[in-house]
Amino acid sequence: MRWRASILAAAVLVGCSAPAPRVTAPGDASAPAPASSAAPASSDLRAAGDREVLHALSRLTYGPRPGDVERVRALGLDLWLERQLHPEKIEDSATEAALAELATLRMSSSELLRAYPRPDPQLRAKLASGEMSRQEMQERYPMDKRPARITAELQAAKMVRAVTSERQLQEVMVDFWFNHFNVFSGKGDVRWYVSVYERETIRPHALGKFPDLVRATAHHPAMLYYLDNWLSAKPDFTIPGGPNRGRKAGLNENYARELMELHTLGVDGGYSQHDVTEVARAFTGWTIERPRAEARFVFRAAMHDTGEKIVLGRRIPAGGGQEDGERVIEILTGHPSTARFIATKLVRRFVADVPPPALVDRVAATYSRTGGDIPSMLRAIVEAREFRGEDVYRAKIKKPFEFVASATRALGGRPDTNGGMALARASAEIGEPLYEAQPPTGYGDRADVWVNAGALLARMNFALGLVSGRYQGVTIDLPTLVAGADTSAPTVVLDRLLAAILTNQASPETRAVLVKHLADPQITRLTADDRGPANTDVAKLAALVIGSPEFQRR
Amino acid sequence: MPTRRTFLKAGGCALVAYAAAPRFLMRTARAAEARGKVLVAVFQRGAVDGLSMVMPHGDPGYAGARPSIALQPPRQGESNRAVDLDGFFAFHPALATLGPLWDNHSLAVVHACGSPDTTRSHFDAQDYMESGTPGVKSTPDGWLARAARTLPAKPAPFRAVALGPALPRTLHGDIGAISIQSIDRFDVRGADASAGRGFEALYDQGVHDLLHGTGRETFEAVKMLRSANASRLAPANGADYPRGQFGDAMRQIAQLIQADIGLEIAFADMQGWDTHVGQGAEEGQLAFRLRDFGRTLAAFSRDLGDRMADVCVLTMSEFGRTVAENGNRGTDHGHATAMLVLGGAVRGGRVYGRWPGLGRHQLFEGRDLAVTTDFRTLFAEVAARHLGAPTASLFPGFKSTQPSLGLFV
Repeated sequence: MRWRASILAAAVLVGCSAPAPRVTAPGDASAPAPASSAAPASSDLRAAGDREVLHALSRLTYGPRPGDVERVRALGLDLWLERQLHPEKIEDSATEAALAELATLRMSSSELLRAYPRPDPQLRAKLASGEMSRQEMQERYPMDKRPARITAELQAAKMVRAVTSERQLQEVMVDFWFNHFNVFSGKGDVRWYVSVYERETIRPHALGKFPDLVRATAHHPAMLYYLDNWLSAKPDFTIPGGPNRGRKAGLNENYARELMELHTLGVDGGYSQHDVTEVARAFTGWTIERPRAEARFVFRAAMHDTGEKIVLGRRIPAGGGQEDGERVIEILTGHPSTARFIATKLVRRFVADVPPPALVDRVAATYSRTGGDIPSMLRAIVEAREFRGEDVYRAKIKKPFEFVASATRALGGRPDTNGGMALARASAEIGEPLYEAQPPTGYGDRADVWVNAGALLARMNFALGLVSGRYQGVTIDLPTLVAGADTSAPTVVLDRLLAAILTNQASPETRAVLVKHLADPQITRLTADDRGPANTDVAKLAALVIGSPEFQRR
Repeated sequence: MPTRRTFLKAGGCALVAYAAAPRFLMRTARAAEARGKVLVAVFQRGAVDGLSMVMPHGDPGYAGARPSIALQPPRQGESNRAVDLDGFFAFHPALATLGPLWDNHSLAVVHACGSPDTTRSHFDAQDYMESGTPGVKSTPDGWLARAARTLPAKPAPFRAVALGPALPRTLHGDIGAISIQSIDRFDVRGADASAGRGFEALYDQGVHDLLHGTGRETFEAVKMLRSANASRLAPANGADYPRGQFGDAMRQIAQLIQADIGLEIAFADMQGWDTHVGQGAEEGQLAFRLRDFGRTLAAFSRDLGDRMADVCVLTMSEFGRTVAENGNRGTDHGHATAMLVLGGAVRGGRVYGRWPGLGRHQLFEGRDLAVTTDFRTLFAEVAARHLGAPTASLFPGFKSTQPSLGLFV
């Protein structure tokens, strides 16, 4: 009977939740609905269908909110996916309104450089030597005028969007491609470029064509600075002006190498050190116009190596300029190794840590056939037999960002911008500070990167903090999750929570452990009120479910 | 020296309260019997000025290059001056607390040490030093993780620990390294114990996978720490750690070592070495950091006492700083720096490495101290001689062209 009760609870719960994040309480949920509304045969079918919906939601969104399964079921999975692949057609004004107060999100790099100037070194020296107190420093140079504010707002926005945006797949893909074309916000001038980088290069193409992503990132000051290409010049180039006037500059291979190794071909993609040098030569002169004022792309012919280049056996004739780099991007993005490398990464993100080779082959073929069309590759993945395999169901470990967002979503939570910052700090505590991955590889996408003792404890403590309101600016709605349930009937409360948070995907073992745990006097305690002898600590139970092994998976 | 018996007496009684104790109790007792070596890696992030930390007062190029920030040469009996080491080098006066460790030969310096890669980017250079592969960014794991992997497997939750918010690059790799911000707070922080009991039961189910396995290890570690939280682990021998992030980290590493819970590799870092402006000389910004640094290392050594025979502290920084001071009475990003090796069987009281000189023609790219010891030569020697780690695959693509430094007895 227990499974029946929990399915009923789930049906009641999802049935009454409209697109609004808050669940409207049914009249009296402690008295179960008549059994006839969920006859065994149809509920089995429904369960199977729900499982498919759940799987899709867990892979293509930041996890289901209360009511999401029901909504997607009503719409049909295929139609839902098509809508998600066209985010511009999804109304999302509530999220945009919530972000309105984050002014840096809409500013250009030159505006940011003016509004958030770097600290005066003299002030810092005075602080370090004790000549100036922290308070004085704070008054002279308040926190919300410091450049760190730019990153903080971007982090908050990422968190708010992940939790509340209706354009979930777009947000998943923005995260995926930013990580693929990672830049580190803490490296020098990147701090003033990073929000523009995401807004102007990643976001517009996240569900577009892959070669456009490469092209956009290659031209952006954030990438040019992060991978040093802005300094790369033909051998023995003498800097004609500025603070380094008269100094010699030369070839810098950093971007050329990462472009092939991490952005396109992959480390085993069949390029040589000679190709690295040739590609670097092709990109000489791709630099930044006045990095601390204008901060925009410029091609400087004087820095460019005009000699002939041979890239992967293809000849780029002498005498070229900026088009040498453009030609390299064409060669690389059209290469079969790129198709395979991108397919592998996508399949790892959406299917399994160890990507099934046959599916990688098919997605790579889709890349080659469609010129790297991202929606086509995503459709190929979602429609694949491998996507539905028993062995990949809930087989991915959520990375910290995904975990924090999905926990907030599962509780029907809504962060304001302060809440977004608080949740971003939580993600950092669990091991994923947003926009702060130092290496160009970005963050890993395999379980072993994220599962370790300190991080697991941090996840459990996050769960406890979230349910107890420790994250300011994050509103969650526990009472509604268990509305009407008799808190003196702890198993009813538990099954409500398992239905709502884990969408009934708790293993029998987990449920058994939690049922046994209900006997803990600190979970179900004696109270003197008139509601009976026992009173369930709903928040603590919810935290246990969010910190459980099942909820770490997607 | 604790034996298995004393360990059981001291720590075991706290553990019998927990049902899951026996497995790790046995393991811990074994670890205590074998009492392995511990390597503590300390990263000075931001590029420490090696020429101030270990000043080459005997080099005629030193003083002239730094009109306002050069240290005065050491002079007998003047305690506010640099501390002479060997007639050529001297410790910054803020490192005077390290003098006794130099004198008793437990502390060595490797100077003009650094990376063959010429980058002057903090983050690239840190990445290279942590991965142990200069110039190669795609290396998936860190050199300390690779060193741990080559050691005979002793699965223990506290085998490789970083004190800090995230696991550093150098401990990335499949070795189950953990990062801890504070061992006092390494626990489930509910209002009462019921949440902790609940989580533990959830992860203790019969499933055998990474998540449940790590969960079980986590609660073992939590319990291990709870039991180790005894007053016997307060700093010993009157050791007085400076307050602050680095002092806290090293104090806790000492606690983990003394708790005999199988620690083999520990990592801590210290920020604030990027002294572009107002670096100072005998006093000032850099002196302030160095004092904290030196006092912490001295406290650590004092705290562990005889146990330092099993412990080796290796300090590193991504690069050094320009020989000449810049226009802001500071120094810019340079090349080689100085690294310290403390404890273990180190042959201390010596400065190792060939001194390249500060003459204009001797400088790297005309401005920086040249690298004469590849950092991998030093790291490999420490890994091999102190930990007994095979070094064949420790630094992929690296074959040292210089003879061993002979740092160890």
